[in-house]
Amino acid sequence: MEKFEKLTGVAAPMPLVNIDTDMIIPKVFLKTIKRSGLGVNLFDEMRYDRQGNEIPGFVLNKPQYRNAEILVAGDNFGCGSSREHAPWAIADFGIKCVISTSFADIFYNNCFKNGILPIVMPQEVVDVLMEDAEKGSNARMTVDLENQVVTTSDGQEFPFEVDAFKKHCLLEGLDDIGLTMNNVKDIDAFESKLAQERPWV
Amino acid sequence: MTAPKTLYDKIWDAHVVHEQEDGTCLLYIDRHLVHEVTSPQAFEGLRLAGRDVRAPDKTIAVPDHNVPTTLDRVSGVIANEESRIQVDALDKNAKDFGIHYYPVSDVRQGIVHIVGPEQGWTLPGMTVVCGDSHTATHGAFGALAHGIGTSEVEHVLATQTLIQKKSKNMKVEITGKLKPGVTAKDITLAVIGATGTAGGTGYVIEYCGEAIRDLSMEGRMTVCNMAIEGGARAGLIAPDETTFEYVKGRPHAPKGAQWEAALNWWKTLYTDEGAHFDKVVTLKGEDIEPVVTWGTSPEDVLPITANVPDPESFSGGKVDAAKRAIEYMGLTPGQKLTDIEIDTVFIGSCTNGRIEDLRAAAEILKGKKIKDGMRAMVVPGSGLVRAQAEEEGLADIFKDAGFEWRLAGCSMCLAMNPDQLSEGERCASTSNRNFEGRQGYKGRTHLVSPAMAAAAAITGHLTDVRELMTETETA
Ligand code: SF4
Repeated sequence: MEKFEKLTGVAAPMPLVNIDTDMIIPKVFLKTIKRSGLGVNLFDEMRYDRQGNEIPGFVLNKPQYRNAEILVAGDNFGCGSSREHAPWAIADFGIKCVISTSFADIFYNNCFKNGILPIVMPQEVVDVLMEDAEKGSNARMTVDLENQVVTTSDGQEFPFEVDAFKKHCLLEGLDDIGLTMNNVKDIDAFESKLAQERPWV
Repeated sequence: MTAPKTLYDKIWDAHVVHEQEDGTCLLYIDRHLVHEVTSPQAFEGLRLAGRDVRAPDKTIAVPDHNVPTTLDRVSGVIANEESRIQVDALDKNAKDFGIHYYPVSDVRQGIVHIVGPEQGWTLPGMTVVCGDSHTATHGAFGALAHGIGTSEVEHVLATQTLIQKKSKNMKVEITGKLKPGVTAKDITLAVIGATGTAGGTGYVIEYCGEAIRDLSMEGRMTVCNMAIEGGARAGLIAPDETTFEYVKGRPHAPKGAQWEAALNWWKTLYTDEGAHFDKVVTLKGEDIEPVVTWGTSPEDVLPITANVPDPESFSGGKVDAAKRAIEYMGLTPGQKLTDIEIDTVFIGSCTNGRIEDLRAAAEILKGKKIKDGMRAMVVPGSGLVRAQAEEEGLADIFKDAGFEWRLAGCSMCLAMNPDQLSEGERCASTSNRNFEGRQGYKGRTHLVSPAMAAAAAITGHLTDVRELMTETETA
């Protein structure tokens, strides 16, 4: 997995609440058996009309946000289906960090597995960041994972919380399965115990 | 004496393989359910890394999301090429890795969350995961069950464990009795209406109280199924005689001495007196009405007797969301919900595709016809549900009323197969999500119980099912 350390880039504002994974990547794109190539269909139904033409008003179609690397979003981002196609599409588009007041649980976890940093901030802070994002491509936000700080284009700093283990994995670009394989003896032991205590499993 | 524990604490503790200092745990997974949409990349990952499935005997696969449900599917190949590739990939992966498999041609095939319990794979006290958010369904058995992403699917395939941190405990108590015409679906929607779609984020919910105890296993599955729609990681209901009765004799349930041993352990699976919950929500059973959703989020729920709300009556970001929802749904604030005309009815999904759901709908439809021009379909949750419904004469009731009688699958719940709404079509649906485009591009979805869906099919508009119930039913 790619490492996430420090990122300075354009942030796109999406103040809508309850942006669900069906909006992030509609189901017609779930029929792939690959992980890559989903970026062009990110937010597909909001981004294109039925003929496949871009809808100019949609934030990621605006010239200043085409290369956005950060998304500032409304509450409860990523709710709905567990599809990891949602973070795959986000990452494939080039967005590496999403900031909101809250995230749906499965989506939140899926982000970390794909090198995306989801940041939870209180409403007041999201409001400030949203305003900063509205400034477009002249305003570049900085996300520093090591020091757990987001800095706006005009230098305001906001600290954020992140689980220490998840942070470690993201900073080092660690693969979960590889990590767990280090504990294979514990798994063996657990399975022997299970066979004794709950043989019907 | 140890401190009192919740049901969640007990199941969690019984599955910890390894704990790091910061509380991150490696949790053992007893059952891993797999379907065609979220697994191909995981199997590909295994192959690339030269890894095997660690516990193939604990891994169960079934294609459900994009299989066609029309009767001609038995004879042929799946017409949509991408769908076919995914189903073929699952066929191959199941065979190559030696996991349990119910192919499309098997009568036991169906929606993964219906097949698991039906076959006795899901048992009390287990940890159950699946690359699908509605895995919460299995919590009805007192199993810790939740959805995972594809990377985690790969992780479970390779290690039979998950890296997890414990969630907080929430208790949702439904006291007293339900009124006639009110079902498990109304309970679960009413809870989401009360807590919001993010209300459960970070929690595992335990549902309890008399109204929950009184539910059948089918009803309990409906309640837990939508825990995720309230943002919760999982929903749980403590196992009891109703649970044991349902499980006993299922193909993969323990037998003989093992049954006794299992039962002894299962009976310890309840929340101890005085155990701590981080959040408690209580609803009175008798306050719950038959409900419908008016908007594009499952929290947009109101009693059928209410009117479409005014967006300005909300606060914060919800004002704009409500405006957008009302526009998308083509409604007018203040309009009576019962005045909303419906052109499609869908009965099915892992929320309401079980035998009891079909019985409830058939009860309303018996001897009646659906409205002229209505498109109505029943998609049983599994081949076995379908067979049973045929045996009980329910299929005939549906067919006589004018419903299409389909084969098992997810179908119009998410419309990945050919069963879709066209632009502007409006559906009364027993599924679980009313998101924009969920049932088809620009399609409009109202979530309801099976009985309410049947009522809408007859009248052609959203209807209070109690008006169609006979005296004996309402008594
Ligand atoms: S029926 Fe619907 S919610 Fe259930 S598993 Fe299938 S697509 Fe998901």
